Amino acid sequence: MTIHEYQLSQLDYLEAEAVHVFREVAAELERPVLLFSGGKDSIVMLRLAEKAFWPAPMPFPVMHVDTGHNFPEVLEFRDRRVAELGVNLVVASVPEAIERGLVAEEPNGSRNRIQTPVLLDAVEKHRFTALFGGARRDEEKARAKERVFSFRDEFGQWDPKNQRPELWNLYNGRIHLGESIRVFPLSNWTELDVWHYIRREEIAVPSIYYAHDREVFERDGMLFANNEFCRPREGETTFVAKVRYRTVGDASLTAAVKSDADTVEKVIDEIAATRLTERGATRGDDRVSEAAMEDRKKEGYF
Amino acid sequence: MDLLRFATAGSVDDGKSTLIGRLLFDSKAIFTDQLESVERTSRQRGDEYTDLSLLTDGLRAEREQGITIDVAYRYFATPRRKFIIADTPGHIQYTRNMVTGASTADLAIVLVDARKGMVEQSRRHAFLVSLLRVPHLVLAVNKMDLVGWSQEVFESIEREFSSFATKLEVPDLTVVPISALHGDNIVSRSPNMPWYEGPSLLHHLEHVHIASDRNLVDVRFPVQYVIRPQSLQHSDYRAYAGQVAGGVLKPGDEVMVLPSGFTTRIAAIDTADGPVAEAFAPMSVTVRLEDEIDVSRGDLICRPHNRPAVAQDIDAMVCWMADTPLVPGQKLAVKHTTRSARALVKELQYRLDVNSLHRDDTATQLGLNDIGRVRLRTTVPLLADEYRRNRQTGGFILVDESTNRTVGAGMITSAG
Repeated sequence: MTIHEYQLSQLDYLEAEAVHVFREVAAELERPVLLFSGGKDSIVMLRLAEKAFWPAPMPFPVMHVDTGHNFPEVLEFRDRRVAELGVNLVVASVPEAIERGLVAEEPNGSRNRIQTPVLLDAVEKHRFTALFGGARRDEEKARAKERVFSFRDEFGQWDPKNQRPELWNLYNGRIHLGESIRVFPLSNWTELDVWHYIRREEIAVPSIYYAHDREVFERDGMLFANNEFCRPREGETTFVAKVRYRTVGDASLTAAVKSDADTVEKVIDEIAATRLTERGATRGDDRVSEAAMEDRKKEGYF
Repeated sequence: MDLLRFATAGSVDDGKSTLIGRLLFDSKAIFTDQLESVERTSRQRGDEYTDLSLLTDGLRAEREQGITIDVAYRYFATPRRKFIIADTPGHIQYTRNMVTGASTADLAIVLVDARKGMVEQSRRHAFLVSLLRVPHLVLAVNKMDLVGWSQEVFESIEREFSSFATKLEVPDLTVVPISALHGDNIVSRSPNMPWYEGPSLLHHLEHVHIASDRNLVDVRFPVQYVIRPQSLQHSDYRAYAGQVAGGVLKPGDEVMVLPSGFTTRIAAIDTADGPVAEAFAPMSVTVRLEDEIDVSRGDLICRPHNRPAVAQDIDAMVCWMADTPLVPGQKLAVKHTTRSARALVKELQYRLDVNSLHRDDTATQLGLNDIGRVRLRTTVPLLADEYRRNRQTGGFILVDESTNRTVGAGMITSAG
């Protein structure tokens, strides 16, 4: 007789947990939506949602909060993936919201803050009660305190000091009219888990996650692409470097890292050896202050 | 590679943050930019040393006040295992946070200061670990450097703790002498304590056997979601999705659906990657049954001769988590597995003093962070096991129906 170990691998455990979360939301909340940006975490989330309801299609649409500052490769990927799955895509557009006067462009051109009202506006318009986000607790210290089911009041606000305790696998999705729940199925995943899962499941991700040649310039110790959203200032010179993106966000704020990792295996090796966090290495938006993320989250950001 | 979830209990004074910082640092889970940020903040505050608790105290209020408000989750991995730490704060909201962190933990580390030995708080920590049925307990006797690496001191704490632990039904206790500050017995065995023959803390975390901790005997499958594709390709498909809460399910097994009591057989266990030959906790799968019977969310699939109680009268240990007290006569919402019900608090049998374990049967209410034994009457039957037998089918949460806040955690002691 063979000795049988009834023990899941870490990826199987994380997958089972995420699938449970998706089903729980679909069963208990009326109008969920999955936030899909074309970034790796939301791509993995989409795959898990697909698995959770198989062979039925996933019972909710996806939404992209479009800052207008996109990497073309990512936008193209988003549209292709949505078409493959046959799901509905809702686009909450920041440029359109600027046009109709909901928000105003910030002096520095960053749309990081103004995307929050656009998100909340779309939530209200479509009466979404649950929003799946790909945020992970290992990303950032404010996110380390986040629940899997994160309650938001009618203003979309997060109250970190007053969160609902979360025990076992029992999630409290009860809300009043106008309130909503942000749901984070990848809470317990690390960047490395995400990449191991991408490898195991042979999941396609936008090409910019792999090393490629790109015209960049250096600012605040980070490498920014020279594109229509982000031009070098005086004293900053552009050069071509082999880079890849560790995170994909607003194209005016997201920096690339020097890399030779052009396959998923090499990306995994690179991340395992790196001494910088993904947001620390690549995100201008988190550098505002020690509590930049917490402040944005309180306003309704993911 | 598998995964171990553990909770840490102890106050800053016991060196808990230093210990976590040490584990993260030595496993290279602290990144340069995180460390620089912590060093910068420490300097600005005028700390004499780099305060590693800043790594986990992520909220502005926590940093300003130098306290930990909430459970923080931290992640690290070694070549053998991935670890999730639930770092529970030492003082404020202690019981509530520790109960939360321990509810999903495979192991708990209770820290004591070797100079002080067992204190009231250590007893409380150990009690909560046993109440939540965390299968493995590690007592880490810290600051051994400050007692001259004394075997005598260590053994006396070990004896005292072990005799206390026998009252608590702790299934597996390991006691390790450490110095978190200097790294002794954290990753590798310390040359300063040659008399200690056990494993280093990390070695124990990497090797402790957890595969048999989950209940593999009693088949329990709470139905979470009915999958019925409205498509031509799968027009006849009807299956029940859920996360296995106990036992091992196999196609062909005779099963009973509760509360209806209908019996049938498992036709197949499906996943998006294809059918599987067996399913066990905590797998999320989809079960197809041979007969078309009425099954919906909140039902439970088990074996005909091994069933949970189908009960509306529930006795449970309840940890109360709200500012307004629990009182007899109160009505609350209950969430138990995938089943929701309303409950009436019939009786408060006693309040437990978590320090002395004394039962106060004159208590008339449970306040914030109190623990007591409560009898509930539910509107519909719960399909319930004793918590000591199964943490998934024995645990529930209580929700205030007007505020929708989670106000209590319950562990079933008997259901009849």
